[in-house]
Amino acid sequence: MAKKAKKAVKAASKSKSPIVPKLVEDAPLYIPAPNHLAVRAKGKPTFTGYRRENGRVGVRNHVVILPLDDLSNAACEAVANNVKGCLALPHPYGRLQFGEDLELHFRTLIGSGANPNVAAVIVIGIETQWTQRVVDGIAKTGKPVAGYAIEQNGDHKVIWAASRQAKEFLHWASELQREVCPIEDLWVSVKCGESDTTSGLASNPTVGNFIDKMDAWGATTCFGETSEITGAEMVCSTRGKTKAAGEKFMKTWQAYMDEVIEPFKTSDLSDSQPTKGNIEGGLTTIEEKAFGNLEKIGKKAKYVDVLGPAEEPSKGAGLYFMDTSSAAAECVTLQAAAGFVVHLFPTGQGNVIGNPIEPVIKLTANPRTVRTMREHVDFDCSGILRREMNFDEAGDGLIDITMRTCNGRLTAAEALGHREFVLTKLYRSA
Amino acid sequence: MPKAPDFLVHETTDIVGVVVVETVAKGKPLTGWLMATDSDIKIKSKDAIPLGHKIALKNIKKGDTIVKYGHDIGKAIADIPKGGHVHVHNVKTKRW
Repeated sequence: MAKKAKKAVKAASKSKSPIVPKLVEDAPLYIPAPNHLAVRAKGKPTFTGYRRENGRVGVRNHVVILPLDDLSNAACEAVANNVKGCLALPHPYGRLQFGEDLELHFRTLIGSGANPNVAAVIVIGIETQWTQRVVDGIAKTGKPVAGYAIEQNGDHKVIWAASRQAKEFLHWASELQREVCPIEDLWVSVKCGESDTTSGLASNPTVGNFIDKMDAWGATTCFGETSEITGAEMVCSTRGKTKAAGEKFMKTWQAYMDEVIEPFKTSDLSDSQPTKGNIEGGLTTIEEKAFGNLEKIGKKAKYVDVLGPAEEPSKGAGLYFMDTSSAAAECVTLQAAAGFVVHLFPTGQGNVIGNPIEPVIKLTANPRTVRTMREHVDFDCSGILRREMNFDEAGDGLIDITMRTCNGRLTAAEALGHREFVLTKLYRSA
Repeated sequence: MPKAPDFLVHETTDIVGVVVVETVAKGKPLTGWLMATDSDIKIKSKDAIPLGHKIALKNIKKGDTIVKYGHDIGKAIADIPKGGHVHVHNVKTKRW
């Protein structure tokens, strides 16, 4: 590594133009080697995290400045600018929503603030009542939370007061210490994106191997993507732990088909699933694509329950299915709002998504993606395609990098500032 | 370490494998890795098959179910010889 670094520096000093694409290729970027042997030797792993007031464990320690609505983004960003180390979560919604769409808005905001990766929260909204509702929801966890309303105060007064409070929260949070926690305290979510044939072949089954092991150890895990399971929904329904869970899945999937696809489709799905790019890459049918996706939940794990979007699991440890969009940022935002603290994201062609509160670990089995986009890759499992590792070894390597991420290693997405916080909207506002 | 495979097969019940090299020309002897049992499969290609595309592991008759990941992923709409390229020209979803 040191030799390589010296070489890169030497190459840099020789270059005539300040923009030398070759340098990027030569830069000694750090993709950790899969250390599956360490995991195998240790068996059931532990990690270090922040144990919150309600007993849940986080792996990050954010002080979040949370806007109730689009109008409050500016004030939130001003506070985060005044108090270094705070994290504003701007988003475009929160006015004139109603019914289930409004409930989902509250559930997502409250859940994001309640996530154990968050130490304390400042909520800023245009008016007091809805702001108070978010404050009260987050306060149920026992963590410090304060709310400010802009109407009849103006941005300046709110920014002044909220900044003073945020600074106190930050001092307090920065003194919290990590403690060693058993794997039963870890909540992991999974979702894939920009998939290609290497996803179904190798990176998704690697996540599946991880899920099977985590399930046996008593961790809590979650998968989603209602639309992408189309084609494998019958098999997915048999993966419920109980008959009721399987039936609830089928009901959720059918509702998506009836209420979203049917009224809004402009043509038969046969032309869009699999996509032209999927077919070019070798995927032939929608079933094949769906089974490749489903490889993420392993061979043995069965889901305990089916969650609504952003709904917190309530039936103990195990695997959960969540009704989500298959759009990466929407799905991960919902999973984070349900309380998941670390995310596994297998990709083929190279999705670059991150999340502000839940670290997103990127893995790929596509050697070209490793080569061309390595600054986005946390775990390279392309060795599977060359028979250099099997799923068991790749799964252990993924456990290794996940534990290191929990212990504080920043993911590629965190280092690159990917903070996609994208709320799911069910229908247009009034 | 075993030689890098030309194609991968997930489950013992699968009748197709996925090519993982860019060099599969017609008539080439290939080695596949059956991951479920960590064993080799030898086959001769009947077509040039691109990376990421599927190869038939046995003679497939028109109407047969195509099994991959141990699951039904569609049906053959033409006879496919062992070692042949399996894709949209000879396989179709059972959905529509």
